Amino acid sequence: MLLELKNICFEREGRKILDDINLDIDVGKFIAITGPNGSGKSTLVKIIMGIEKPDSGKVIFNGKDITGLSIDERAKLGISFAFQQPVKFKGITVYDLLKISAQKNITKKEACEVLSKVGLCAKEYVDREVNGSLSGGELKRIEIATVALRGAKLTIFDEPEAGIDLWSFKNLIDVFENMSQIIKGTTIIISHQERILNIADEIVLMKSGKIETIGTSKEIMEKNFTKIECCKIERMEYERKNK
Amino acid sequence: MKEKINKIDENILNEVSNIENIEKGAYNIRKNGEGIERKITENVNIVTKTDKPGIDIYVKENTKFEYIHIPVIITESGLKDLVYNDFYIGKNANVIIVAGCGIHNDHHKDSQHDGIHRFFLEEGARVKYYEKHYGEGSGDGQKILNPVTEVYLKPGSSMEMESNQIKGVDSTIRETKGILEKDTNFIVTEKIMTHGKQFAKTIFDVQLNGENSSTHVTSRSVATDDSEQFFESKIYGNAKSFAHSECDAIIKDNAKVTATPEITANNVDANLIHEAAIGKIAGEQLIKLMTLGLSEKEAEEEIIKGFLR
Repeated sequence: MLLELKNICFEREGRKILDDINLDIDVGKFIAITGPNGSGKSTLVKIIMGIEKPDSGKVIFNGKDITGLSIDERAKLGISFAFQQPVKFKGITVYDLLKISAQKNITKKEACEVLSKVGLCAKEYVDREVNGSLSGGELKRIEIATVALRGAKLTIFDEPEAGIDLWSFKNLIDVFENMSQIIKGTTIIISHQERILNIADEIVLMKSGKIETIGTSKEIMEKNFTKIECCKIERMEYERKNK
Repeated sequence: MKEKINKIDENILNEVSNIENIEKGAYNIRKNGEGIERKITENVNIVTKTDKPGIDIYVKENTKFEYIHIPVIITESGLKDLVYNDFYIGKNANVIIVAGCGIHNDHHKDSQHDGIHRFFLEEGARVKYYEKHYGEGSGDGQKILNPVTEVYLKPGSSMEMESNQIKGVDSTIRETKGILEKDTNFIVTEKIMTHGKQFAKTIFDVQLNGENSSTHVTSRSVATDDSEQFFESKIYGNAKSFAHSECDAIIKDNAKVTATPEITANNVDANLIHEAAIGKIAGEQLIKLMTLGLSEKEAEEEIIKGFLR
């Protein structure tokens, strides 16, 4: 088992955000976590990366208890995390960030190759600062490039569709459909999007801080579609198909 | 040029401007209050002032892409050096001027250099001006630098000024004034980092007097330990003009930063913008870099390095 979450609890202001979560994730799997807003999805993946600390419970990675380790120690063990809202930096260029991600002195050519894989015209971006002059969609792609370069054993995406317009997202989703070319290893992705849920090996459906069910895409989508928040267009498509 | 330059001087020269670059064009090297080396070229003449300490630099009309270096070295503890340098840039000339000052103080007396630099740009002239300040040495004597820069832009001329003070200067008051005529542009970028008990004050005063004059003032600073920084910027739009000033500071430990921007429009067509932000390094920036494998300290260094680039 690559990742084991054992009895994870997380409470804030008297509210149980995560209530005794147990989850095992196998090597090489593409796992989607879905569920309504406030169901605890983001908190759960932040606990895996070490951004949040659980009140109780254990995180076991590759057989090792990492519950007490810091973010960078976990990163060094092979966990990588793509943020829901990519962080901006004044003065740090895309190339700088990619070099830090790769943890070695990659050439501009290598940096450009990764940018091309996430659908950015590399030459236009490699020397730009990772600041507010980039659009939400561009920042998302750069964020994906940074995690791609990690070559991590486990890569986590916290709701990649959040905060970008539908057109950008439709393009971005192509990147995820070809994910195996970009990300090696195991992937956990929080998403509400049918197209992403369709390509997952397993879907974890969360509700009110608990795992409601785990199953294949087909099983979950048929039984629980109404529980999954989808954007309006995808819901309309679903209704049209099922008339 | 090597004869009068020892190892300490060489190190300082390399910090404030590259020695190899110095030899490419005209230069005047001042050490402990006296000129020690000078080279003039066909287009650039340097003359010692007779009424007060300092030099006059004359650049001929239509000069294209020449370097002028006027580094200052102070190694004598207790020296207070005051110098007046005036630059007269001829019509349509285009030059790069580097004026670095480095102080090496191994003793307990204060060393100080106050450089008053005035730039007179004729019509169509263009200047890139780099000013780098640096202090080193093991003594507890203060290293003090108080530069004054005055810029007078005739129609169609432009000046780009970049000043850097990253290390070792204990106290600085930096005043920059600009008087802009028609169709001129004045760009100022300032980068300051203070630590220990250092003190830095920056005062900008830009008068946009001519139609279509514009200015862009950017200050990026990092204040750490118990250091203190003040940023004062006054921009006056006296004609149809454009100004953008931004002050961005990262604060750490017990440091203090005060920013007081002031923009005054004296003309209905003046378009003036000011942005100011002071804050500690955003937690999310540290977290992002830590997810890429950097320790908190390494992440902080990377963020500051980028910010002051």
